[in-house]
Amino acid sequence: MGFTEHLVLPPAVSLLGAGWAPAAQGAAYEPFLPGLILLLPLLGFLLNGALALAAGRRSADRIRSGGAAAEGSVEPAGRMLPTWIGPGVVGVAFLLTLINFGRMLGVELNEPVIRSYWTWMGTGNLNVEAAIQLDPLSMVMMMVITGVGFLIHVFSVGYMKEDPGYARYFAYLNLFVFFMLTLVMGANFPMMFVGWEGVGLCSYLLIGFWFHDRPKADAGKKAFIVNRIGDFGFLVAMFILFATLGTLDYVGVFEAAPEAFVYGGGIVTAITLFLLLGATGKSAQIPLFVWLPDAMAGPTPVSALIHAATMVTAGVYLVARSSVLFALAPAGSVAVATIGALTALFAATIALQQVDIKRVLAYSTVSQLGFMFLGVGVGAYAAGVFHLMTHAFFKALLFLGAGAVIHSMHHAFHATHKDWDAQDMRNMGGLRRFMPVTWITMWVATLAIAGIWPFAGFFSKDEIIWASGAAARGGFEFIYTGLWVVALAAAVLTAIYMTRLMVMTFHGPSRAGEEEEKHLHGAPLTMTVPLIALAVLSVFGGWVNVPGSIRESFFGGFGLLPMSDWLDRWLAPITADAQAVLLAELGPVADQAPVGGGHVFWGAVATVVATAVVILTARSIARAGTRPAIEEGLPEGGIRKLLYNKWYVDELYDRIVVRPTLGVSRWAWRVVDQLLIDGTVNAVGNVTRGVGWFGSLFQTGQVNTYAFILTLGVLAVLGVLIL
Amino acid sequence: MLNAVAYDAWILHALIWLPLVGALGLFLLPESRAKEFAFGWTGGIFLLSLGLLVQFDPGGALFQFTSTATWIEMWGVSYSLGIDGISLFMILLSTLIMPIAVLGSYNYIKEREQGFYALLLLLQTGIVGVFASMDLFLFYVFFELTLVPMYFIVGIWGGERRIYAAVKFFLYTAAGSLLMLVGIFYLYFQAWSVTGAPSFHYLDLVGTPLSFVEQLWLFAAFGVAFSIKVPVFPFHTWLPDAHVEAPTPGSVVLAAILLKLGTYGFIRFLLPFFPLAAGHATVIAVMLGLAVVGIIYAAWVAAVQPDAKKLVAYTSVAHMGFVVLGVFALTATGIQGALIVMISHGISTGALFLLVGMLYERRHTRLIEDFGGLAQVTPLLATAFVITALATIGVPGTSGFVGEFLALLGAFERHPVMAALAATGVIFAAYYMLPMVQKILFNSLEREENRTLPDLDRREVAVIAPLVALMIGLGVYPQPVLERMEPAVQAVVQHVEGGTVDWAGQGVLGSDQEEIAYDPIRSVGAEPAGSDR
Repeated sequence: MGFTEHLVLPPAVSLLGAGWAPAAQGAAYEPFLPGLILLLPLLGFLLNGALALAAGRRSADRIRSGGAAAEGSVEPAGRMLPTWIGPGVVGVAFLLTLINFGRMLGVELNEPVIRSYWTWMGTGNLNVEAAIQLDPLSMVMMMVITGVGFLIHVFSVGYMKEDPGYARYFAYLNLFVFFMLTLVMGANFPMMFVGWEGVGLCSYLLIGFWFHDRPKADAGKKAFIVNRIGDFGFLVAMFILFATLGTLDYVGVFEAAPEAFVYGGGIVTAITLFLLLGATGKSAQIPLFVWLPDAMAGPTPVSALIHAATMVTAGVYLVARSSVLFALAPAGSVAVATIGALTALFAATIALQQVDIKRVLAYSTVSQLGFMFLGVGVGAYAAGVFHLMTHAFFKALLFLGAGAVIHSMHHAFHATHKDWDAQDMRNMGGLRRFMPVTWITMWVATLAIAGIWPFAGFFSKDEIIWASGAAARGGFEFIYTGLWVVALAAAVLTAIYMTRLMVMTFHGPSRAGEEEEKHLHGAPLTMTVPLIALAVLSVFGGWVNVPGSIRESFFGGFGLLPMSDWLDRWLAPITADAQAVLLAELGPVADQAPVGGGHVFWGAVATVVATAVVILTARSIARAGTRPAIEEGLPEGGIRKLLYNKWYVDELYDRIVVRPTLGVSRWAWRVVDQLLIDGTVNAVGNVTRGVGWFGSLFQTGQVNTYAFILTLGVLAVLGVLIL
Repeated sequence: MLNAVAYDAWILHALIWLPLVGALGLFLLPESRAKEFAFGWTGGIFLLSLGLLVQFDPGGALFQFTSTATWIEMWGVSYSLGIDGISLFMILLSTLIMPIAVLGSYNYIKEREQGFYALLLLLQTGIVGVFASMDLFLFYVFFELTLVPMYFIVGIWGGERRIYAAVKFFLYTAAGSLLMLVGIFYLYFQAWSVTGAPSFHYLDLVGTPLSFVEQLWLFAAFGVAFSIKVPVFPFHTWLPDAHVEAPTPGSVVLAAILLKLGTYGFIRFLLPFFPLAAGHATVIAVMLGLAVVGIIYAAWVAAVQPDAKKLVAYTSVAHMGFVVLGVFALTATGIQGALIVMISHGISTGALFLLVGMLYERRHTRLIEDFGGLAQVTPLLATAFVITALATIGVPGTSGFVGEFLALLGAFERHPVMAALAATGVIFAAYYMLPMVQKILFNSLEREENRTLPDLDRREVAVIAPLVALMIGLGVYPQPVLERMEPAVQAVVQHVEGGTVDWAGQGVLGSDQEEIAYDPIRSVGAEPAGSDR
């Protein structure tokens, strides 16, 4: 059960100031160098950062002596150190995480293990420790971050090989891993906020990695500012928490919450809604999703790591971490679920008409994050985290695969000086012949995201959709039913847009051009190995949480897959308190779909439908054929144009938010500041007349004399007074 | 070791008067050696002041290093010094910023150097005097003394409209000071009539009984004077002009230290002297309202400034809004947050002015649109600029976050709506800062002139590196500062709330302070303060 029932404050707590206190009495889990997991990526950042500064200064010297701005690549010697340090620190951190995971696996963990290093902020009645918390939830996140993070670091070695900012790239990427780990390992809300804004900062730096290109720098800025709107929500939520509970530590908050907050009360609802605002910013949900598609301006492995696998899932982590609060606030939870379902559908519709391969994946990510929100919103916290994990596998794979494709296309167009867009799927086609590994692994990921049995996405997405329909209880049945329908529709669209992407990219005839085809190449080993590893995870990753009912129907007789509901049970200590609240207030779940039917039946239906959609879409797109971008104009009207232009949300925000803010700002400066206030001041003080007199003091040029006299004068006055 | 040289007995006197001695000494040296001498002198003073950190006893009396000598006996004016945990860090901030400002002006100040550095040193005497005075008369003398050197620094070494800016600065602040002087005398005579003995000493004045109406008037007199200095909206319009026209070191000292005289005055005098007025709901509402307006309004105005220096100047107004918010939260957390914002703003905004100054020395322009792509040619400058910008907008891990977070948190307990409105400042901070960063450092290197700009040289690195280190150091481990401030802040809060405060002794706390600082889960379960049941 939950931590709180066993909440005996460990004697270590009194020694927190000393840090590295022995583990709590009674907890058999003995952490192994947890601080080092955090420290290693930070160290990597510092080392790579120093190398990057040195490289930057050399490059600056070249520019000063007349070279081109972003010209030239790093010499192999300059790549050596970042290549080992960058992936190296994350790899070792992954190994350390594995060891800790192994240790936690074998024991019954009744309470989180907290390591406190120093008092960060202690004032009046506030005390915030620089402390980390190790528990099942943070462990799952750490595994994903360091594991997938390591693979993406390795992939980047090949992908970024020729970039002049090689060391800077790894410095930022290491820093990101540090902040992401801080986000999930922090033992209190302010520590999470350190990671929360820290990853936003790294995202800003990496989206604008090629900052000399204005649109890319713009995209980074947009990401940061939009995220800050969310961060505002996070801050206010913390303020309310502290004002009502007097603490911001997870242990303290989650233990006190069920006592302090009445179910459905105003304060806890406000807290969850402000947390939700924070989550919509980081996890790119309606209404703050607009930054994520633009974030594709960053290097593609960045999109895989930050904008698919880890950072954008922080909102889901936040809700899962605060599950007790959300369980106590039904309106807050319904808001999470509704925003999630609507975002899932909305983003999926946009993905249908995008032609840039990364943008399809970006909207797909927004959509899948919507599914996760739906999961944690309907109280299926473990399911949300489960989808977070499987999505990290297959979406990272899709992005890395897209990266390999773009890499190859870019080389081909570069070699022949063809002025075509290397990311436009209309310029691709037939790539399966040139990059078979990418082709096969991306199909694996596509089947996984489409939710086809037995790939990873089937189990996780199915569980969310099932939960949204079957978990209907309390006073919100009709909403849950609606969300269930929306989620089903979004799932169908997922299969469509992903199949479209695969067919346009890899199948049919090659549209790049005959000369270009000669330059198309497969990816190097550093890139294909991570793809294969992620493909394996995309198949088997879902098997850690096969629902008991499905296991019995399909595998029971064979003794396969003993791990039924493993993740649910693993996360139980985190979610138990929330589930207890839900059970007490709402009663047991219905455990059948709104229109009837059990889990196994709907799972089978889902797989059959998804498979059929994939086949039909593939055939229809193959039959329709695709023409290169320059031959095909933009969609001319109707729904296609609307979707192609992303429902004009950016334009809408520009009209109602961006421009009015700028207008008000200019008005405040010109009218309020200069005309009203300063005008009044000048009139009252009649500064202009004073100017003549005071100004004459400066006319003689004897300023040193003034200063000397002034000094003497001060001394003389004081002397006289003292004596 | 420090005790062996009786450090405690002379250090405050030395910190006040050594700069003045240095100012005289400057005139004995050839002009060409002026800047080296000034740097060595202020640097030496800074090293001397570091002993305060060692010698200040966090668990000791409220005011330490105290000394008093009769100055003008018949008026009860004394030369009394002493510092508490608040003034301690204000003095350290001042002694730190001075050598950095001097080192930062090596290339900027090319003429009449003796005069310039002498004025800067004179300014330091005034500033440290303000923070170390325990006699109100002495305080006022030093307070006024800061005005004159700054007036000359802007008026002589300033830009094109320096005269207008200097006069505006002088008239604005002098007007405020006069109001305060009237207030000081009223308070003085009132205290005299009660105690029967004339005295300007802080400890003699702090408990003076005043009616609510009297307090309100005096609050207004002191409050306006300090609000102009801070500056609080709408008294801020002298600031952008003064900053834009002032030479870089002038801007640095102005932003980093001089503005803090105002907020320091709030905490040191306004709240303890006039607790009834300061604690009155309407007064609080007005002050918080002005703070919130300042935060948002200044951020908006900053965002549309074409001149980088003016932009930074307006951000000062926004930051000072957070200080006022924290102070008038009247909670320990809020006031400690305000103090951290003051220190953090001194470091990060000081650094921003230095960086903008370095850009100006290279290009002789401060217009944001004249730059672009500088990260490619000046990576060190760009790195320092970005870190400073992040500290300015309060990214966690930097000092800016700690201050704003605590100020907002402290304010939210009592005034949730105001604090929530103020918290939108974090959005608008990104809105004014990131476009400037992008337009200066990022985008393409379009202008030919910018392609040959040199990166920071060693001197410039030495100027900026300590500030950057402090931004991060204070952001990660502010506790040594916070815990030294706590007793002084608790005393102010207790006093305003009507509690008894032993101003001459240990204030309010005593020994249970330890418990507060080191029990992380103290409040868990014990007493969930409120609930929505």
